[in-house]
Amino acid sequence: MKHLIKGFAVAALLASTAIAEDVPKKGGTLVTVIGTNVRNLNPAVQSGIATGFPGAQLFASPLRYDDDWTPQPYLAESWDVAEDGLSVTLNLVKNAKFHDGEPITSKDIAFSVDVIKANHPFKSMFAPVESVETPDEHTAIIKLSKPHPALLLAMSGALMSIMPEHIYGDVPIEEVKTHPRNTTDTVGSGPFKLVEFKSGEHIIVERFDDFFIEGRPYLDKIVMRIMADPAARAIAYENGELHMGAFESQPRILKRLSAVDGLTVTPEGYGGIGPLDWLAINTQRGPLKDVRVRKAIAYAIDKNFVLNALMLGTAAESKTGIHPDSPFYNDEVENYELDLDKANALLDEAGFPVKDGTRFALTIDFGWPDVKPQVEYVKAALKKVNIDVEVRSSADFPTWAKRMGEMDFDLSWDTVFNWGDPVIGVHRTYDSTNIGKGVWSNTQGYANARVDELMTMAATESDPAKRTALYKEFQEIIADELPIYHTNTLPYHTVYSDKVGNPPMGIWATLSPIDKTYLKD
Amino acid sequence: MAHPTRHCLSYKGAMRVNFLLTTSKRVFYAILLLIAVLVLNFSLIHLAPGDVADTISQSMGGADQELLDQIRADYGLDQPFMVQLGRYIGGVLSFDLGYSFFYNMPVTQLIMERLPATLLLVLTAQLLALIIGVLLGVVSARKPNGITSHFVTFLALFGYSAPVFWTGILLLIGFSLKIQLFPVAGMRDVTIDGGFFVQAQDIFMHLMLPMITLASVFLALYSRLSRATMMEVLGSDYVRTAKAKGLTQSQVVYKHALKNALSPVITLAGLQFSAVISGAVLVETVFSWPGLGTLAFQSIIARDTPTILGILFFSALVVIVGNLLTDVALRAVDPRLRGRG
Repeated sequence: MKHLIKGFAVAALLASTAIAEDVPKKGGTLVTVIGTNVRNLNPAVQSGIATGFPGAQLFASPLRYDDDWTPQPYLAESWDVAEDGLSVTLNLVKNAKFHDGEPITSKDIAFSVDVIKANHPFKSMFAPVESVETPDEHTAIIKLSKPHPALLLAMSGALMSIMPEHIYGDVPIEEVKTHPRNTTDTVGSGPFKLVEFKSGEHIIVERFDDFFIEGRPYLDKIVMRIMADPAARAIAYENGELHMGAFESQPRILKRLSAVDGLTVTPEGYGGIGPLDWLAINTQRGPLKDVRVRKAIAYAIDKNFVLNALMLGTAAESKTGIHPDSPFYNDEVENYELDLDKANALLDEAGFPVKDGTRFALTIDFGWPDVKPQVEYVKAALKKVNIDVEVRSSADFPTWAKRMGEMDFDLSWDTVFNWGDPVIGVHRTYDSTNIGKGVWSNTQGYANARVDELMTMAATESDPAKRTALYKEFQEIIADELPIYHTNTLPYHTVYSDKVGNPPMGIWATLSPIDKTYLKD
Repeated sequence: MAHPTRHCLSYKGAMRVNFLLTTSKRVFYAILLLIAVLVLNFSLIHLAPGDVADTISQSMGGADQELLDQIRADYGLDQPFMVQLGRYIGGVLSFDLGYSFFYNMPVTQLIMERLPATLLLVLTAQLLALIIGVLLGVVSARKPNGITSHFVTFLALFGYSAPVFWTGILLLIGFSLKIQLFPVAGMRDVTIDGGFFVQAQDIFMHLMLPMITLASVFLALYSRLSRATMMEVLGSDYVRTAKAKGLTQSQVVYKHALKNALSPVITLAGLQFSAVISGAVLVETVFSWPGLGTLAFQSIIARDTPTILGILFFSALVVIVGNLLTDVALRAVDPRLRGRG
């Protein structure tokens, strides 16, 4: 009896320490998922979510970010922005190696910047970079033509992967995007190395034993299965076949999964990616040229209906083109609460009286089935202020993208990402020199000299407080002139089982190294 | 027919020459048909708005005009239509299906990687549907107005009219979630180690649900057809004779009638070859089955012209070769067909 009690006590003690400390455990295979097929494993030449997740495990970047948008050392153990903002010095970790055992040097940093400049779609990330100086093996000095505060975010997540010059340097810089090593025998700098990439089936990566952070990563292996069907993914989370998955966004599925025992569903970790849903308005077309008409449309649409009835409360309200999680977000802008009288008055004032029960007709587009309820709702809502809306569906994404790129639309539901600093993902939507240049350019045809000026100043302003003030005014003007009616964030969520410790959060979700994630017993 | 050498040949020899001539004629037509399929498909894809540059830009989260132009130039999409078509046909004639823009891989390699999974799924589903379908058809033909017969009719119509993605999800909820018998998706569990038998068993478990889903469509076809032909055969004279000899009902049905009733069913199964890829597209997508169907669907969405054309070319090839073989086989078996062109 005595022994039995002792045994209980020891067991209880063990159990309590396990809960209290929750020490990361080494080993295990994490089974996770990617929702679309992957074309390329190298984020230096291919941006986007599908490449970002495996890419950030295979390749390290100079910096990483914590939850409150503060840069942290990663491949660069320290960094220094010059007083005049015209150079940034990176001091690299000394013992860092590529997966083939070769040391990671400042030459590789310079090479990677060249490759990204030549191949990456987000030109604004490194556009002001003039050269990268390499005074010694572990020091890289990035020389800039003008101060470029966006650079710090552009050196984190999956945006700046450091790749080996001795592997990728055998072809001209512009051809690195089709280098065979982007999909097979990839040699990277990150915490995990490639085991197998089977297109349409899975990507398997395993622990890189010589990773430059001692003792990490914790996991032995990550299996990234490719599963396109969200309903099938949901069942796989529920029956435990998948430990974790990111970028789940269907409200009904999120609701269902959050009620399942042993699963956590969280919207945390997507601030850097900054996905936003909005109603795009072509400001160069017919009645929509008039700002009063655009305002009337905003007053006629009940944002709460979108948030509660369509998104089932899974999405956050967003009032401007900057994601609510960003430090630059300005909450104090005009919000256009539902007001049909105001909407009618504005339309009358703009010179569009009701004739035979209608004021004028518009079309609304959408590019993928998930947002069809939104456009159907806009049609119904605008009917109440006598605007006839015809819903135009597109056969598939490229059909819609072509219409948007050529500005062949009146209204459209759209989803656009911030991608870190506003310079990278926000400016493109409002910049008057970027009108009608393909999907996700300034497809609204919006031009305002002050907005252009504010963006130009903010791009080079090194003082965070002054920068915030510039973006504050920028957001006020956008909310007042409404080239876009901002409604909500795209509700990206990470789903993970109780077995997963330290799920990836920060600002980049799984588009960052998951070297701290581990599997519990 | 007035050629002098003909007279020297025996009757059998003349038939052989005739047989070879008609066969080579068929092969020639088949090649022409393949080229026509390619040209038509190429033109149709070009009519669709948007191109692969747009979808690459989507997967990248947006790209500027300069980059879009560069992508188009890299893949020759800025060339006139006829030039692109000519290049492609030229490539195919030299046995090169081209390079996938979206997957950064030669199309032939891409198709060959996905082919085994699709073949496994489609062939096992066909076999399952054939066996169960014929069985159900025969059982219901014996008592056409019995309860079993009505039940089979209901089952067949249900399987045929229910959308496969819906059947698939329903089976998933039932047998992967509520009763956790089978895995949800994919073809194998890469986390298990083991020898050949462990792996084979794992693939078998993954195969069950997609196979049943896909079979449910064909099942209806086979059970209805075998029911109809069986009923016809059962009413024929020789069956009555067999019964008059004093054979049991089972002997009559399974030994005498079934053989004759089966031939139209087998012909239909042969024709279903064309459904190899089309039938698998939705099932593969629901179950993340890494086969050609998923690839076809994704490349259409991605406007990845070389891959779409490669798959279409491949399916056309399968159908044409399948028909050719059936034709040749029929001619070899049935002398009545030989003389006809």
